[in-house]
Amino acid sequence: MQEFVQNLIYGVETGAIYALIALGYTMVYGVLRLINFAHGDVYMIGAFVGFFACTQWLPFKDLSQHPEAATLNVLLAIVTLFLAMLICALLGIVIERFAYRPLRNGFRNADAHFWGFVAALPLTAFVGAMTTTKRQGAFLAVGVIVGFALRPAMAYLSKKIKPSSSRLNALITAIGVSLVLENGGINVFGADPKFIPDILPKRQISLLGIEFDSSRVVILIVAAVLMATLRYIVLYTRPGKAMRAISHDIDAAKLMGINTDRVIAFTFALGASLAGAGGFMVAAFTNIKVVPLFGLQPGLKAFVAAVLGGAGNIPGAALGGLIMGVVESLVASKYPQWRDAVAFILLIVILLVRPAGLLGKNTAEKV
Amino acid sequence: MSQNGLLSISNVTMRFGGLAAVSDVNIHVAQGELVGLIGPNGAGKTTLFNLMTGVYTPTEGSVSFLSETLNGRKPYEIVRSGMSRTFQNIRLFRELTALENVKVAANMRNETSLLSAVFRTPHLLRNDDEIDNFSRNLLEQMDLADVADTRSGDLPYGLQRRLEIARALATKPKLLLLDEPAAGMNPQEKVQLMDLIRQIRERFSLTILLIEHDMKLVMGICERIYVLEYGKLIAEGKPEEIRKNPKVIAAYLGEEVE
Repeated sequence: MQEFVQNLIYGVETGAIYALIALGYTMVYGVLRLINFAHGDVYMIGAFVGFFACTQWLPFKDLSQHPEAATLNVLLAIVTLFLAMLICALLGIVIERFAYRPLRNGFRNADAHFWGFVAALPLTAFVGAMTTTKRQGAFLAVGVIVGFALRPAMAYLSKKIKPSSSRLNALITAIGVSLVLENGGINVFGADPKFIPDILPKRQISLLGIEFDSSRVVILIVAAVLMATLRYIVLYTRPGKAMRAISHDIDAAKLMGINTDRVIAFTFALGASLAGAGGFMVAAFTNIKVVPLFGLQPGLKAFVAAVLGGAGNIPGAALGGLIMGVVESLVASKYPQWRDAVAFILLIVILLVRPAGLLGKNTAEKV
Repeated sequence: MSQNGLLSISNVTMRFGGLAAVSDVNIHVAQGELVGLIGPNGAGKTTLFNLMTGVYTPTEGSVSFLSETLNGRKPYEIVRSGMSRTFQNIRLFRELTALENVKVAANMRNETSLLSAVFRTPHLLRNDDEIDNFSRNLLEQMDLADVADTRSGDLPYGLQRRLEIARALATKPKLLLLDEPAAGMNPQEKVQLMDLIRQIRERFSLTILLIEHDMKLVMGICERIYVLEYGKLIAEGKPEEIRKNPKVIAAYLGEEVE
C-alpha cells in the first residue's frame, strides 16, 4: 500500500511534466491543426539552458561546501526557470516564423535572408575547419558575405515555393525542424551526457510513513502554478480569446480583424515556454542526463498525452499528462520493462475506443 | 467613378485554374448607399466578397476602399480599415459566449502589446472596461442583451444570424458586407431582418452591400442592384429597372429550366 502511494506520487510528478509538454502540443494543434513534432526538442533546449545557467552563466554555489548559500541558489534557480522559459519562447517564435509561417503564407524577404544564412552555414563551417582557430574573425566575415550573396538566390527559389495548406507538408516540416534541433544540438553541445549539479537543498519529506524528495514537490507546485497561469491567459486575456477564436475558425477570425499570425506566434511562445520550464526542472531535480535527444521520449509521450486528453483541448492535455504519468509509474513498479511501451499501448487503445480523446468532442466530418 | 466612392472594384478577374469565377467586374459603391448583389447559384457573388475582404487577391484588376488599393493587404488590416462582413453559412466562434464573440471583434480595433495584455496594465484595464461597455451596449441595441452569456452555438438560428451582424458591427465598419443574411429564415423573420438592416444603417451610418437570393428582400430595401451571372456583370440599376431587365429574367428563368 505504502509503495503504491509512493508510486502514485511519482506518477503525478512525471505526469505534471508530461502535461506541461502536452499543453504546447495541444495549443498549437488547436490553432493550426499541426502536430509540432519539434516541441519535444524545445523541451531539450530548456534542459540545456538550465545546464549552462547552473554550471556557467550564473554564480550558483556548491551546497556541500557552502551550505549557507541555499537562499542564493533558490533565487538563482527561479531566475534560471524564467531564463529557460524566455529562451524557449523565443525559440518557439523563431521556429514558427521561419519554418511554419512561410509554408502557410508564402515567403517574404526576411525569410530569404534567414535561409540565405542557413545555406551559408555548411560552407562557412568548411572554411572554419580549414583555417586555424586564430582566424575566427575572417571565417565569420566569410560567413556573413556568403550569407548575403546567397540571399538573392534564396529569394529567387522562394518564388517557386507556393504556400501550402497541406497538413502533410506541415507535418514533414515539423519532423525536419525536430531533426535540425536534435542534430544541431549534437553538433553544438556534443553528444556526451551532462548533469546539472544539485543546486537546491534536498530534504526527505515523510508524510504518514510515505517518503519523498522535496524536489518532487517543487516540480509539482511549479507545474501547477504554470498551468493555472496558462488557464487564466487562455480564458481571460485578449490574446487568449483570440486563440480560442482562431481555434474555432481561423478564416472567420481573420475577417473579424484578428492578426492571426501574431496570435499564432504567441501560442508557440506560450507552449514553448512551458516545455522549457519542464525541461529545466526535470534536468535539475531528477539527476537525469542532459543529452541532445533528451526531448525525444518525453516529447512522444506528451504527444500521446495530448491525444489521450483530446487534441486541441487544453484541460484534456493536462488530464492526459497526469493519466500517462500515473499509469506509467504504476506499470513500471511491477513490470519495469513495459515502462515505455505502455504509453503507446495507451495511444492505440484510445485511438480505437475514443479517437477524439477523453475530453475531445466528436465532430462530424463534412464530406 | 463617383466623387465620394467608398468602394470600387475595377476590372476585377479571379481565376481558379482554368475557371474564371469572376471576370472583368466593375462595381462602385458610394458612401451611405445600400446596394444589392444578386445572381443565380455559382455566379461568383461570394468570390467577390472574398476578393473585397482580402481572402483572395484578384488575378487581374484592383479593389480599392477609401481610395486605397487593397491588393495584397491582409484580411485583418482590411477589417481594421473599416470593412466587415457576415457569412453565408454562420461562422460564429461557437464555443464562445455571445458577449465574447462581440468582444473578440471589438478588441482588435485597438491593438495592445501581448505583454501588456497578459500582465494587465492599468491602461489596458481601462480599455477593457470600455470594450466591455461598448460590447454590452451593442448587444443591447441588437436586442441580444438577454443572451449575452449564452454559448453562441446554443442560440436559436435567428439570433445567431443577428449576433453575426452584431459581431461585424463591433469592428466599427464603414462598409458592411452581408452575405445572404436571410438564408434559412421564414417570411416573418425576413421582414424583421429588413427592419433591422434599415435600423443599423441609420444608427451606425453604414454603407451596406448585400448578397441575397430573396428577391422580395432585395427589391424591398436596396437602392441599387448589381446582377452577376457566370462571373460576369449582366445588369446594374434601380430595383424597378432590374425587375424588367430581360437579361435578368432570362438568367433566373434559365436557372429554373436547367
